[in-house]
Amino acid sequence: MALDIEKPIEGNFQIIGGEFDTAGGASSHLKSKLVELGVEEGIIRRASIATFEAEMNVIIYAAAGRLSFLITPTYIEIKIEDMGPGIEDLDQAMEEGYSTAPDWVRDMGWGAGMGLPNMKKNSDEFKIDSVVGEGTSIEMIMKLP
Amino acid sequence: MKLNDLVEELSLEVKTFKDGLENEVTGAYVSDLLSDVMGNSKKGEVWITLQTHLNIVAVAGHTGLAGVILIGGKQPQEAVIQKAESEKLTIMSTPLSAFEAAGKMYQLLK
Repeated sequence: MALDIEKPIEGNFQIIGGEFDTAGGASSHLKSKLVELGVEEGIIRRASIATFEAEMNVIIYAAAGRLSFLITPTYIEIKIEDMGPGIEDLDQAMEEGYSTAPDWVRDMGWGAGMGLPNMKKNSDEFKIDSVVGEGTSIEMIMKLP
Repeated sequence: MKLNDLVEELSLEVKTFKDGLENEVTGAYVSDLLSDVMGNSKKGEVWITLQTHLNIVAVAGHTGLAGVILIGGKQPQEAVIQKAESEKLTIMSTPLSAFEAAGKMYQLLK
């Protein structure tokens, strides 16, 4: 049952590093679009969580970043590009429990080393690229049945 | 069981969105790590935590939690109250510890 939409729905967001209070803007927007379209609840939950984790990573680690989403009849695509420090060892970063977050971020309950694993777990396709000193980019796809 | 059924047992002070007390509760998840909650809690559970900052509203909303219980008498900040009201999230405060709150809920639900 593909989504009944005439053309893909897009969303674009700027995310500023350190702005914890506005976190969740992009993911909430995506969520409300998916609710409007009548997407299955479990997929909405996965897409919202993965997108929120992606936003948080930009806020915690980068100076700024861009998040965009695309809703097509058969899949949801979420792309994030940040101007952050980059990740030296991607395998290590994908390990649950590994984090380079500072203590004050951990005090807020973030930086437990579960963000990237959560994004991967909630995606059907997950791609991450990173260049130290330049930034990190992530692409996630959730298929719509 | 409804959220409302917990109010007396856990001495809950309801801080936001009272309509949510009609929400069905299936269990509880106790954690102060936000990604752990998003990764491992289940829709319909109540989240027991000491975190009181703004991000708890989005975590609970995205995860489909029935409500949030702040332990040890902790209070949500004013900005959190406003956001929770607009996002229709029920936040409650209990004087109990996480251990006591979860223990009482376990007895009620099992």
